[in-house]
Amino acid sequence: MLTWVALLALALFSGATFFAARGKALAAVGGRPIGLHSLPGYYGGYVALWVAVPAALILLLAAGFGGSLEAGLLRSSESSALQALDAQQRDVFYNDAVTLSQGGQPSETVYEGPQKQALADAVSKAKHLRSQITYGALAAAIALALAGVAFAYPKIRPDFRARNQVETWIAGLFILCSVTAVLTTIGIVGSLVWESWRFFQSVSPVDFLFGMEWNPQIAMRSDQYASSGAFGAVPLFIGTFLIMIIAMMVAAPVGLFSAIYLSEYASPLARSVVKPLLEILAGVPTVVYGFFAALTVGPLFREFFNGIGGLLIGSGLDGLGQYLSQVQNQMALVAGAVMGVMLIPFVSSLSDDIINAVPQSLRDGSLAMGATRSETVKKVVLPAALPGIMAALLLAVSRAVGETMIVTMAAGLQAKATINPLDTVTTVTVQIVTLLTGDQEFDSPKTLAAFGLGLTLFLVTLILNIIALRIVQKYREQYD
Amino acid sequence: MTQNRDEALDPVVGTAVPGDQIKIRARDINVFYGAKQALFDVSLDVAEKSVTALIGPSGCGKSTFLRCINRMNDTIAGARVQGRIELDGEDVNDRGIDPVVLRARVGMVFQKPNPFPKTIYENVAYGPRIHGIATTKAELDAIVEKSLKRAGLWAEVSDRLQQPGTGLSGGQQQRLVIARAIAVSPEVILMDEPCSALDPIATARIEELIDELRNQYCIVIVTHSMAQAARVSQRTAFFHMGKLVEAGDTGDIFTNPRDSRTQDYITGRFG
Repeated sequence: MLTWVALLALALFSGATFFAARGKALAAVGGRPIGLHSLPGYYGGYVALWVAVPAALILLLAAGFGGSLEAGLLRSSESSALQALDAQQRDVFYNDAVTLSQGGQPSETVYEGPQKQALADAVSKAKHLRSQITYGALAAAIALALAGVAFAYPKIRPDFRARNQVETWIAGLFILCSVTAVLTTIGIVGSLVWESWRFFQSVSPVDFLFGMEWNPQIAMRSDQYASSGAFGAVPLFIGTFLIMIIAMMVAAPVGLFSAIYLSEYASPLARSVVKPLLEILAGVPTVVYGFFAALTVGPLFREFFNGIGGLLIGSGLDGLGQYLSQVQNQMALVAGAVMGVMLIPFVSSLSDDIINAVPQSLRDGSLAMGATRSETVKKVVLPAALPGIMAALLLAVSRAVGETMIVTMAAGLQAKATINPLDTVTTVTVQIVTLLTGDQEFDSPKTLAAFGLGLTLFLVTLILNIIALRIVQKYREQYD
Repeated sequence: MTQNRDEALDPVVGTAVPGDQIKIRARDINVFYGAKQALFDVSLDVAEKSVTALIGPSGCGKSTFLRCINRMNDTIAGARVQGRIELDGEDVNDRGIDPVVLRARVGMVFQKPNPFPKTIYENVAYGPRIHGIATTKAELDAIVEKSLKRAGLWAEVSDRLQQPGTGLSGGQQQRLVIARAIAVSPEVILMDEPCSALDPIATARIEELIDELRNQYCIVIVTHSMAQAARVSQRTAFFHMGKLVEAGDTGDIFTNPRDSRTQDYITGRFG
């Protein structure tokens, strides 16, 4: 509460310094901004930034980390009365002290004798520490704000380069934002690597990467009867690969041909209708595709194959007929086909951009040679666009590999090493979901396996994306 | 009116080409891009085995006229061509004429060199392949070699035919494109400012080449350089604001223009 009041006051104060500094700059040149090095606002902004930013940083740091600072200081001098307690009991003790000092409800632990005395001491010490931290931060903020005025305000002269200074501040803000993104990425990768390393201490990487059996169920309690679980991820890789292949068999031709139609054959009118429609398709959430796959496409495919199976039973292909008539809703084909539909707009819109980037002069050159339009597309435009199209397809593959929702709903959960598209399969992403949903211990191999899978997936998509971007880059250079 | 013009050209337009030497005969060509009219009643004769230069300020319609001859205006949405263009007495806009066949007879070289992203060999072999001119590999090799030699590029590329055509220098690329155009043995070669993207040395090389090719082909060249028109062409046509102002022997046009606009343009007073 105090922090918010202080921040508000700081904002008002820095606003006031803005106008004061702006006024001073203008007054120095008799109200004619042309005499100033920078526009008047930059002088105001320069002082206001020096006032507001350091003070606000102190206030926010105190609000964010004051609690842990307080706890740390509280523990720094420990009463001898606590020697009887173990580590966990001490945590409870200090928590109680902090809670009591804030007027809250402590735990039900009963403290007696010297411990009770120690608790009362700790409570008063915690109160003391907190007020020290809060008011210390406040005093520091006020001092910094005033120091900012004292530092920046005297510098305001007509020839002072306020714009350059303000722009340096702004550039710092930009750097801070980009560093945030980079640090987040490093953090995610770091946690993936760290947790995977823990996983690979209980399961050997060779077993994980080349094992043929995936059965992550293991005993929750040590006395429970269960196997130790099997973490061979090959069935998952096969399932992922199978579904990706099916998806690409749908998305690559349909997406590519629609891109060729859009860029080479469509009239401007058709293009203005079809392209937005395709982009709407790209905006459908994957979970919608998921239940479309599970509830509509799945039963449709099952009925189709059951029907064919029924026709074949009793004929020469009786075995196949028996099999087809028992096909279930959930199969790799359904998930793959729907995922392929999902990827169509992705492939077509990227390929369309790439085909459009092929210079018109090449088309003219080919047409002027007496080539027909289709010869021009086949022999000049597509070969010229091929590297870019390959990159678009690789990006689509990396999306297919990382897609989760459709496969979770439509492909099944059983880890089978099969390439039969009518069978249920499971993918890396689906297994990550099932490993981490529900109540889990976070240090058992079962949950850690999710990180191993995540790391594998991350590396695969990273490599695909790097290759794709490299190709696109090379392709750009060719025409620039 | 049309009958009249068939007999003899409007006196202002200049010397008519003797009937037996006419390769292209254009009469009353009007071209519209959407609602905008780009050419007005252009009538021009182009002689065979000679170079005809089309000159005039930017936007005067000379490129538009050039693109009428091989019907490249068909590829522009909203372009409409009226009038009659005869190639050896046949109307190129006739329904019976397939633009694909026409363009095999009338080659074109563009302003910016536009080799296909293929090997040098494949660039030259492109036309013969799509028109089925060569039946054997040896025949195709011979066509490629002959075309590159005629375009004056053979000596420079004979040892690297399998390298990409886009890796050549600008001037070499333009000669490659000319080789590609003559590989299908066209009768006419249209050149749309073929040297505007080249340096003076490469330009001189192309001009020499044009002069050599004149013995075999009818060449129509659009150029912004009056000096180039004077150097390479036998006949010159001056376009202004979509109209053909004057046409005649290059020497006459440059030394003794009849129209004041022609005089102003070639002396650099506008354009």
